Amino acid sequence: MEIGSEKEKMGFEETELRLGLPGNGGSTEGEVARKRGFSETEATTMDLKLKLSSKDAGMDLNEKAKTLKKEKNLLTADTAKHHAKAQVVGWPPVRSFRKNMLAVQKGSSEESDNKASGNIAAFVKVSMDGAPYLRKVDLKTYQSYKELSVALGKMFSSFTIVPNNLIWFFNIETGNCGSQGMKDFMNESKLMDVLNSSDYVPTYEDKVGDWMLVGDVPWEMFVDSCNRLRIMKGKEAIGLAPRAMEKCMRNRS
Amino acid sequence: MDPERKKVVEHVAVSTFPDEVLERVLVQLKSHKDRSSVSLVCHSWYDAERFSRTHVFIANCYSVTPEIVSRRFPNIRSVSLKGKPRFSDFNLVPPNWGANIRSWLVMFAAKYPFLEELRLKRMTVTDESLEFLALSFPNFKALSLLSCDGFSTDGLAAIATHCKNLAELDIQENDLNDKSGSWLSCFPENFSSLEVLNFANLSNDVNFEALERLVSRCKSLKVLKVNRNITLEQLPRLLIRAPLLTELGTGSFLQEHPACQYSELENAFNKCMNLNTLSGLSEVTALSLPALYPACANLTFMNLSCAALQSGELAKLLVHCPCLRRLWVLDTVEDKGLEAVGSNCPLLEELRVFPTDPFDEDTFHGVTESGFIAVSYGCRRLSYVLYFCRQMTNAAVATIVQNCPDFTHFRLCIMNPWQPDYQTNEPMDEAFCAVVKSCTKLQRLAVSGLLTDLTFEYIGKYAKNLETLSVAFAGSSDWGMQCVLGGCPKLRKLEIRDCPFGNAALLSGLDKYESMRSLWMSDCKVTMNGCRVLAKEMPRLNVEVIKVDGSNESQADKVYVYRSVAGPRTDAPPFVLTL
Repeated sequence: MEIGSEKEKMGFEETELRLGLPGNGGSTEGEVARKRGFSETEATTMDLKLKLSSKDAGMDLNEKAKTLKKEKNLLTADTAKHHAKAQVVGWPPVRSFRKNMLAVQKGSSEESDNKASGNIAAFVKVSMDGAPYLRKVDLKTYQSYKELSVALGKMFSSFTIVPNNLIWFFNIETGNCGSQGMKDFMNESKLMDVLNSSDYVPTYEDKVGDWMLVGDVPWEMFVDSCNRLRIMKGKEAIGLAPRAMEKCMRNRS
Repeated sequence: MDPERKKVVEHVAVSTFPDEVLERVLVQLKSHKDRSSVSLVCHSWYDAERFSRTHVFIANCYSVTPEIVSRRFPNIRSVSLKGKPRFSDFNLVPPNWGANIRSWLVMFAAKYPFLEELRLKRMTVTDESLEFLALSFPNFKALSLLSCDGFSTDGLAAIATHCKNLAELDIQENDLNDKSGSWLSCFPENFSSLEVLNFANLSNDVNFEALERLVSRCKSLKVLKVNRNITLEQLPRLLIRAPLLTELGTGSFLQEHPACQYSELENAFNKCMNLNTLSGLSEVTALSLPALYPACANLTFMNLSCAALQSGELAKLLVHCPCLRRLWVLDTVEDKGLEAVGSNCPLLEELRVFPTDPFDEDTFHGVTESGFIAVSYGCRRLSYVLYFCRQMTNAAVATIVQNCPDFTHFRLCIMNPWQPDYQTNEPMDEAFCAVVKSCTKLQRLAVSGLLTDLTFEYIGKYAKNLETLSVAFAGSSDWGMQCVLGGCPKLRKLEIRDCPFGNAALLSGLDKYESMRSLWMSDCKVTMNGCRVLAKEMPRLNVEVIKVDGSNESQADKVYVYRSVAGPRTDAPPFVLTL
């Protein structure tokens, strides 16, 4: 890495790229991190300092930018992920009255949204393979798998992946393990078609940590047991199918 | 005042106006900047100005003492005071830091017994002070408390009880102890002078009947902003009693009962012909929103930052608001909502987009660079923006400022620290380069994202009108801050947090700080020794260090430097060290 011939008051360490846990290198970054009030996940937080000085003679702006770019490419993906969990005091700069107000509003709007069960909302994260970000949905605001699939379709419609195939999957008459729905679902060839294509299937993680195909159990049972949703490519979901069916069998008996 | 300049000017024959005439003329001057200029002309103008001044604005309560103010200005009726550094809004200043109004009130009671107006921002105000205020000034007309702390609703009760001529009570965004809503019932039954009432941020119920009667009696009521406990059913009863209303802040806009009460609401809004400002609307839904439409024709300012509107709802609403100049929204409206802003609001000058979920990083809500771009294509007069987002690109900002070169206030907050341009992975330097190059009138700038010293080189080189700069998690070395201090001739306020700027940077501004209002640096690389050097070299600056528990002895955790003719603080708490 060419920095320039004049290092003057800086030792090489200062221009070196550093990636390390807070407190490394005897610097004050670690203390700064603690002062900021990082949460218990501090141990996994990476404090990255890019130490490039523009003062180096003989290095024009373009070169500096190029060097910087090289190093940035090494860091970027990791940086965002690792900084994600730490909460810094006073950042983002949102006034406290605004934070409190929003919290209160969220609470009351969840209450007014509740229809059937009348208890707290059931927010779960929804991820879709290939999408750059996750969403959150409150399962209590939907009455059936169909409503959920329509909502999910809208949510992720901004991507080139067209989730119309989700609707097929939710096209289960009664949406429960009894009668018609189960027969459709158990239609082996139909299922295998989907799972072998590049279509997407919705899966969820239940309270015990197992990943299941969505649609097996009655809607209410699903809402109570779903921890998070993941819309994955059919091919990846293949391994889930047998387990899902086993579990459903167990539930029925 | 420059003594050299004074001497020179006195030798020149100036006006032979009698002072009384001069004073009559000067009374017309309202702007404090103009008045400052006038006072510098010559000795007699200085005197004429000081006798004719009725309103004084003190931007930093520690820059001057109450005694100095009262000696210079004997006829003050209205005072505006600001206290704590702005970053105290974000919990960066420990409690009990200072800026207590008490000593000022004591002076006012002695020297300005006819005081009418007091407007405070980021000051500490106790209930005792409020009671003292209520009892000491028989002509008192207007109290405005913004972002203050230290008082409770008991203090408000004292104001309501004793201020017989009160015309304005504006309680905004304060950190107060909200004990009960009974303060509102303390206005006497024959009290009728209120013109401005804002209690939108208070959380306890007030007695609705008392409020109704109050609104009825106060025939000149122009501004009414109620808190969220006032329901949609109660609102019409207030509206019909306040026909002169120009600014309305509603309570909850949630329709709890079926449509029969809806017509009452519609009727009430039909009569609100004079509204230019609308806010509140908490818990608003698509069902209740249309009732507003008749009242929107003349709206110039709409504050929807408490209303979690979706894009479609906003779009429908904006169709009815052709005159909008200022709009505040939550990022629930998303990019689509901002597209609607671009399509419907050609006169828009100010846009603020607040985050719904500032601390939830995994879930993506909100707005991106495309929403901002859409607004910039439709709203060419945009001059003020505050934008919270999670992603931005250099190209987007370049397009935006090309469309809107008239920005005077550009505050961009990319919420994840150190975040680069998400498409190119480059730092966001070029974005802010575009801003300072295109927007020659730029007065206020807040930067964010991954930034190297290059950003600050650009700022120093191009931002010739910049007065306020806010920096967080940016820069690579001392050089960045040096560029700003060396380059921005009109810089008045510089606030920095979590940047790698150290003593060299701090000391490079030695000659600059006296021309600035203040400098704030927290969690940077400044040491106690650096601060001591600054304090020694510049005796007319107050160099204060706030020590945080458990920090390194030699580090200067939070540094606050400001010019002052008052000398060092006499009321500093133990954790504030004046060097």
